[in-house]
Amino acid sequence: MKNITQMLKIDRPTLIAFLCVIVLLLLGALYSPNFLSADYLLKQLQVASFLGVIASGLMLVILLGHIDLSIPWTISIGGMMATASAGFFGPQIGVPLAIPFGIVCGLAVGLVNGFGVAYLRAPSMIFTLGVNAVAQGLMVIHTGGFAPQDHATDATIELAAGHLIPGVANSVIAWFVVGLATVFVLSRTGLGRRIYAIGNRERAVFLSGVNTRRVVLTCFAISGACAGAGGVLLAGYANRSYQAMGDAYLLPAIAAVVLGGTSVMGGKGRYLGTVVGVILITILQSILSVLQPQALLAELGMKLPAESVRQIIFGIVIVGMLLLYGREKAIR
Amino acid sequence: MDSIGTPLLRMQGINKHYGGVRALEDVRFECRESTVHAVLGENGAGKSTLIKVLSGVVQPDAGTIELGGERVTFPSPAAANRAGIACIFQELSLAPDLTVADNISITNPPKKLGLIDHRAQRRIAEEVLARVGGEDIHPLTLVADLPLSRRQMVEIAKALARNPRILILDEATSALTAADVGKVFAMLKQLRTEGMSIVYISHRMGEIKELADECSVYRNGRYVASFAAGTKSDDAIVEMMIGREYSNVFPPRSAKVVEGPPALSVRNLSWEGQLNSISLDVRPGEIVGLGGLDGQGQRQLLLGLFGTLIGATGAIEINGVPVKVSSPERAKSPNIAMALIPEDRKNEGLMLPMSVRDNLSFAALGRFTRFGVVDRKAEAKAIDEMISLLQIRSDGVDGPVASLSGGNQQKVVIGKWLMNRPRIILLNDPTRGIDVGTKQELYQLLRRLAADGAAILFYSTDYDELIGCCDRVLVMYNGAVIRTLAGAELTEHNLIASALNLPASPTPGPGLAMAHAGAAS
Amino acid sequence: MSATDFPRAEGRRFWEGWRHTIGGHRGLLIAIAIFAVMFAVYGWKQPVGLTSNIINTAANKGVLLALVAMAQTVPVLTGGLDLSVGMVFVFTNCLAASVVVGGGVQTAAGIVAVLAAGSTCGLINGLIVVYGRLQPIIATLATGAIYFGIALILRPDPGGSVDPDFADFMTRSTWGIPSSIILVIAVVVLIWIPYRRSVLGRAAYAIGSSEQAAYMSGVPIARAKVLAYVLSGVLAAIGGILLTCITYSGEARAALGGDYTLNSIAAVVIGGTSLFGGAGSAIGSIFGAFVMRTVGDLLFVFDMDPLWQPLFVGVVLLLAVSTGSLRLLRIRNKLDLYR
Repeated sequence: MKNITQMLKIDRPTLIAFLCVIVLLLLGALYSPNFLSADYLLKQLQVASFLGVIASGLMLVILLGHIDLSIPWTISIGGMMATASAGFFGPQIGVPLAIPFGIVCGLAVGLVNGFGVAYLRAPSMIFTLGVNAVAQGLMVIHTGGFAPQDHATDATIELAAGHLIPGVANSVIAWFVVGLATVFVLSRTGLGRRIYAIGNRERAVFLSGVNTRRVVLTCFAISGACAGAGGVLLAGYANRSYQAMGDAYLLPAIAAVVLGGTSVMGGKGRYLGTVVGVILITILQSILSVLQPQALLAELGMKLPAESVRQIIFGIVIVGMLLLYGREKAIR
Repeated sequence: MDSIGTPLLRMQGINKHYGGVRALEDVRFECRESTVHAVLGENGAGKSTLIKVLSGVVQPDAGTIELGGERVTFPSPAAANRAGIACIFQELSLAPDLTVADNISITNPPKKLGLIDHRAQRRIAEEVLARVGGEDIHPLTLVADLPLSRRQMVEIAKALARNPRILILDEATSALTAADVGKVFAMLKQLRTEGMSIVYISHRMGEIKELADECSVYRNGRYVASFAAGTKSDDAIVEMMIGREYSNVFPPRSAKVVEGPPALSVRNLSWEGQLNSISLDVRPGEIVGLGGLDGQGQRQLLLGLFGTLIGATGAIEINGVPVKVSSPERAKSPNIAMALIPEDRKNEGLMLPMSVRDNLSFAALGRFTRFGVVDRKAEAKAIDEMISLLQIRSDGVDGPVASLSGGNQQKVVIGKWLMNRPRIILLNDPTRGIDVGTKQELYQLLRRLAADGAAILFYSTDYDELIGCCDRVLVMYNGAVIRTLAGAELTEHNLIASALNLPASPTPGPGLAMAHAGAAS
Repeated sequence: MSATDFPRAEGRRFWEGWRHTIGGHRGLLIAIAIFAVMFAVYGWKQPVGLTSNIINTAANKGVLLALVAMAQTVPVLTGGLDLSVGMVFVFTNCLAASVVVGGGVQTAAGIVAVLAAGSTCGLINGLIVVYGRLQPIIATLATGAIYFGIALILRPDPGGSVDPDFADFMTRSTWGIPSSIILVIAVVVLIWIPYRRSVLGRAAYAIGSSEQAAYMSGVPIARAKVLAYVLSGVLAAIGGILLTCITYSGEARAALGGDYTLNSIAAVVIGGTSLFGGAGSAIGSIFGAFVMRTVGDLLFVFDMDPLWQPLFVGVVLLLAVSTGSLRLLRIRNKLDLYR
């Protein structure tokens, strides 16, 4: 294993996650050969792209040693603002502005997060939790006050579901672009170095003359923008935005980043791992919904609701995989 | 040498390696009751690893430990404690959020009805603190609220409260004031007469000479020799430690006087009562030392110059131009060009899990980036140059910097700053815990940098170093500079006298002997 | 010049000790003060005043969150986090709706079974965190999903029942004092305070303060951490039983569990416990929980448009967290900001 990882220049968690993806696909193929069809795989890629964009921003924050729990409602803000922009600015300006407006609103949320964590030195977990609640509050008012525009613009739909390259959804291309940018920042820029360094030892970074606050602010802003972008894509995919559209994405995003080998304590992790983690989570959820394991168990005499089995397997898989490679070093 | 009876503790054939690095190879160690046994060796000699094995913090790969004639193993620090071994670590083992009393009785507290008896615990703390000479420490103080020297006293008290058979001190007095050191030594001597076996690690030869009955020397993870204290000369000992002939040579000071405004000029710098109206000048080419007892504001002065203090008053000029150093980021900027080598290299100077290369280029990233993108070729070139300039020795520069020895780690910290071509270099006790060989290299480097025009301000707790390296020494007391010593006046005696705020006299009085013991190395 | 030089050394040391005790509990006292003020305003603004019924309802709601917040406090003290407390709460609620029935002995046995189930969940969490060496956040995130799945198996649809006498006893008020308040006090006196004064309880604080130092001091880290998570499970189970008594049913709703988990973290922070571990108290978390619950009630009583409620709650949470930043004003050395 060590030789393979050195040869391919990827680290162990990424490799294991990748192998798990293969195993899952093969298991699915046993059930039905459709699982290995190009159609299915490309569809999964499209679904994965939404999670992928969101996880990209989240990964930066986790690398710093922080966490962003405001993702659920930032996604909603992104989606809802994109659909409402025509209502705010009138159709002439609003429609072309829809996509950037949604992203910028997400960015604004990220800036608030970054301010609280970097300048007020509030613990990121609790501060982003509060921002999430505030974001929810704002969206409740927004939808409750008057009938909002919640239909996605054509551009938004095209971005999420259109096909510039035959067969490959545009959102996958969007994810690819975001991913490329993330890899570039992390591996080729000073900002990337500083991110890893802060995750390792912020004190030493401060004493090295780096403006750590600006780096933290930037990462939270990017995380917010990515979440907002994810919301825009989701609105396009579903043709509309709706409340709580982001709730289902927080835990999978965190899981994807962590299963990809990024340490929750910060300072360690490669983007390729996050990509594989996102694909893994997507395939896992898809297989669980298609395979209907509860039907299998029903044949064995156990009648169980579908969702429960999904939840249990999801949890067991995450624990199991982390036991394989997510373990912290023993103190001795 | 007292050879009555078998030794209380005997370790033989101990092997320990971390990855490819052999920390200990076929090492042995013995100590008797009623003895202070000093363990000597440079950094990287294996002393710390040996102590960790003995105190249960790490497990040896091979070898045996016999306690009182019986084979024992210590799979954890708790096991070693139960066997009667107490260790006072260099990195303190205190929980900052708990009180002194809680920390002292952290395992095995007095109990009432199965729950902790806080009153009895407090009494134990008061008793043992008094024994150690720390009566001024209130048992209910949170450890986090105590300064480092008090914390070290609590650490010593905690070890003592276990009533051990073997007491290990690993650089346990490094942060103590001279007065505290005297009290601790008195206590150790008392314990010795009561039968305790004491293992003592220290870089300070003066302490070793005063305390030790027996000595063992280690080098490069191997056992060299044991002998009774006083039977070998200092030079012979150092030779055993570094394996070659040795003389502590400081590069000659420069007699040149540089024209023009001082590189760094400070007027009436005051802060929070810890810095009181400090004024000083450092010219390009000068190495100015900061002396005085520990805790008189030397560290705060350096931090203040580097821009981390809030609410400091006073004026700073760089090359005659008034500036405001509001943050380390400003201090680093090209028109101020300051560098600070911090006191805690592991937590403040390095990102331990990152590679040597990434650490080296970190403070100077701005020089290698265009529009935010790093120019890897230029960076690699500069890194390679720095590594060869400083002769940084490591198994692989792409490996984590945590795997380097203390001396090489410090070189990385210095190299990191040299990449920025600083004109003013501040050093906060840079040679603490560094082996003799690397120290020599550092002294040469500093003199070279000064000759190239840098202005160096250098705080050290080592009097030899201050005298050997510096052109002038500013002795600090209570946050102010009370005396400047230079030339013929720059002697150990005058340094000590000034540190104690005594008038300098031509012959040393008897009252200075205690301070001497704790301060000299 | 030491303290013993002063004439009344004993008296001086007594006051110093007292000062240390108060200083150490500063966060808790602030939480109590905030709650007292809020509840007073609430009572004053109530159109019918503070009747027994009003107090009873408020108490029942508050104690539910308080128990889950206490459950969250213990792992947080060790420097960890338990993101499964809400799901254990839901799971034990569903279980109780099946087994805490039938009067007398059977009910008692059912209660014991539910507590055992909760402690088993905690035990699993603890073992994974300690021996699996997984980060608590991720580990408990995953186990929470598992516990919720089991809850769904028990109660695919809301339903079940509970022994009516027992439920009535737990939710009513005697002489104006709600039983739930007595329950919380009992939990504090019989569980929290003995735990805090025990060796393993103090060990939890030491571990949260500095795990490295605790290890070098020979503190039993594995045992202390596992116990912390087990205790968390037990406390969440008590909450689950109380919920069953209030709603007379069990319901496996993921949103409820998630809500309680996140609110428990907020309550812990408002109550003065540090998320880094090593300092704080479950008693503070109780008051933190009550503060959170009272905010919602205050909005209702001030006739605030329900549309604005979620926003208000969020802003209050942000403000509460930001007050911690006031200490930044006292910082005189920027280096102290960074760990």
